[in-house]
Amino acid sequence: MKKSLEIRSVRKSFGSNEVLKGISFRIEPGEIVSLLGANGAGKSTLIKILSGAFTEFDGEILINDQPANISSPLQARSQGIETVHQKINEGIIAGLTVAENLLFDRIALGEISRLASPSKMVREARNVMKSLDLDWDDSILKDDVFNLGIADQQLLLLARALSHSPALLILDEPTSALSNAEVSRLFTIIQKLRADGVAILYVSHRLGELEELADRLVVLRDGVIQSIQTKPFEWADALHDMLGMDLRDSQFGIEEERGTEVLLSIKDAQIFDESKPWSIGIRSGEVTGVIGLLGAGKSELARALFGADKLKGGTLEFLGQAFKPKTPLDAIRNGIFLISEDRARDGILENWSISNTTSLPFLKKIASGKILNFNKETELATTLIERLRVVTESHKSTVDSLSGGNQQKVMVGRWLVQNSRLLLLDEPFRGVDIGARREIAQQIRDLVKAGNGAVIFSSDIDEILESADRVLIMVEGDVKFDSYLSETSRNEIIKKMSEVA
Amino acid sequence: MKKGNNLSQGKEFVARDFLVRYGFILVTLISFVSFFATQDTFRLSTTFFSMLKYTSVVAITGLGIMLSMAVGGLDLSVGATAGMAVTLSAMTMVVYNKPAIVAVGLVLVAGILIGCLNAFLIVVLKIPDLLATLASMFAIMGLKLVPVNGRSVSSGMMMENGSTAPGKFTDAFLKIDSGQLGPIPYAVILWMLLTIACWLFLTRTTWGRAMYAVGSNPEASLLAGINVKLYRSLAYILSAFLASISGLILASRIGQGDISAGNSLLLDSVAVALVGTSVLAMGKPNAWGTALGAFLMGVVITGLTIAGFPYYGQDVVKGAVLLLALVFSFTLSRKKSRFISAV
Repeated sequence: MKKSLEIRSVRKSFGSNEVLKGISFRIEPGEIVSLLGANGAGKSTLIKILSGAFTEFDGEILINDQPANISSPLQARSQGIETVHQKINEGIIAGLTVAENLLFDRIALGEISRLASPSKMVREARNVMKSLDLDWDDSILKDDVFNLGIADQQLLLLARALSHSPALLILDEPTSALSNAEVSRLFTIIQKLRADGVAILYVSHRLGELEELADRLVVLRDGVIQSIQTKPFEWADALHDMLGMDLRDSQFGIEEERGTEVLLSIKDAQIFDESKPWSIGIRSGEVTGVIGLLGAGKSELARALFGADKLKGGTLEFLGQAFKPKTPLDAIRNGIFLISEDRARDGILENWSISNTTSLPFLKKIASGKILNFNKETELATTLIERLRVVTESHKSTVDSLSGGNQQKVMVGRWLVQNSRLLLLDEPFRGVDIGARREIAQQIRDLVKAGNGAVIFSSDIDEILESADRVLIMVEGDVKFDSYLSETSRNEIIKKMSEVA
Repeated sequence: MKKGNNLSQGKEFVARDFLVRYGFILVTLISFVSFFATQDTFRLSTTFFSMLKYTSVVAITGLGIMLSMAVGGLDLSVGATAGMAVTLSAMTMVVYNKPAIVAVGLVLVAGILIGCLNAFLIVVLKIPDLLATLASMFAIMGLKLVPVNGRSVSSGMMMENGSTAPGKFTDAFLKIDSGQLGPIPYAVILWMLLTIACWLFLTRTTWGRAMYAVGSNPEASLLAGINVKLYRSLAYILSAFLASISGLILASRIGQGDISAGNSLLLDSVAVALVGTSVLAMGKPNAWGTALGAFLMGVVITGLTIAGFPYYGQDVVKGAVLLLALVFSFTLSRKKSRFISAV
């Protein structure tokens, strides 16, 4: 059944922070509408409202011009809305087979018996896969889902959504983990769905994909729709609307720094078991940006340099000395700090105050002997709050009560207020508003100007363009490209990133 | 209209916050005052101090459990460790006729060794805390029976070879429990000193701060350069050490190597440590909360016993007290408590 979807004056706030400020647009059956927006523009919030994850909001959702009540994910599904979320691991259920994962919704609803035999399960799964032109072997279907590559997991989630024959399909960055061949296969499926009259909301940062797929373009910034375009798209205008004029200006204002001294030299590094070894020098006095898709090995590299994990092979030299960090403590003692990718999981301590979180890596510095000096601790936190302009009532407020941007300022700032020689930042701008993002970027810039080094690991090209001087492109554990930003272009970077070995 | 709503909602929040913060202290005060007002025997100062003395064993063991909870675990072997202390001190004095000081020294060393064993199982062999200490609990309970052939050790008992055991529980050893400084029993002084020590350790030292960090988020702690393995080990060693101290008090009280001693200690101590997390809405294991939890348990049990409440109903009361504390820290509190939910 064909359905249209209309979003009418949707508003959503978290506390005093209004994330969606009255959004209205419509998707007709057989149309692909693309949502374009920077991190923090409100895309995920909108998707969560449409998929039934957020139920409290102002405004209306209409399906076929009738007000729709989407008060749970299950209800969204029963009205024909299927969502493929960006975070793969939130959809994949560990410990189950590929077939069970594929049929999970139906198992959960009891449509397929929980006790169904594996062979019946595989048979059902095969039917689903066949209807989507995916020819997965029975042995794969019987295998544990964790043995699938990340791209196949993504396809699996898509197949699961499609198995419900949705009338409205929401795809949130479905290609971030896929190779070119897989992307084109995905596109064939999506175009077939469009021909069948499915209404599709497609979210991606990759402009090339939008050019190929989208019928209309909705550009979102700071919770407001800036513009809606129909084909042919004017990309310069779209980017302008998406990033905002002021940002564009500041981007041009950054003067490229070039360092000369090699701070950390990485020799014959091997990230994955089968990946090629490579060597590179990280220089002080410049910001190195490491860009790559999900699973390219960025986090693995960052953690290895910090002593949290081991490289599969290769050696490190820091300031000309052999450097073999066994634990993060070894790295911290040398002034090498890591701001890890997932601050909720790997950084924030629940109910801990800003003061306590700030001092944790440097307890020695706020103690005489082993006795804590609370005055010193407060001083340290106050310095951080002032220097990074953290918006908070007091240094005693808990970090989890702050907004995402301010949380990140604390997580980054606690390292910045110490003497760092080399700062490693893994996805430092994820879920961070534009203001905080610029403030953090500025602090990083000041750090390298003082003769230190910084490496920003990111999968977002705009973040790298905005904050780095030099760019390294990682593809499948290998560094494919090394250049100063002024000597390359956005298009070249995108092209190199999507090249597969 | 809307404003009025907000105001009454605000009042409700204030009342709720007050309950979450002070509810448990209030309950303790109310129980104490009501027993004090209705039961003559409860008013005697000797009752008060003997109540504290009896509570001290659970309280000190509870401090140990509290430390293991601070690093995000739970030491199930504390009751067995205290029981080991009873048998080991009886063996040393009764069978081998050694002085009290040797018994005390051996027990404390054995306690530390048990802590090291737990730490080894958890940190090196990577067995989850609960499972590792459950296994060591059984191992300790069983092992302590081997040298005594499964029998309790008492002064003047018959040995395997037909002779009489040469030693006895020395007077010095019996003084651990029966001795007093003025009106205050040694055991109570020890309890207070250890509570203060644990409090200072956890809140004022880098060690304590690091232990709380490990309990809150081990991965984040590791990435902040904390030696997670070291602090988890330290917590289990201290926990077993404290359990062996309470075992010494218990042995001194019983005056013989009762093999069943310490059996009920584990659950009581877990309860007081858990109760302690709700005091002052701390939301995390803490020394004074544990002391207050033990105190309330002592008050309620003593008061009810004096009032003629049957002893077999005591566990019902303990359960109710624990439940009440959990309502304060989970149902009413708006703060998420990670420590207890991990248990």
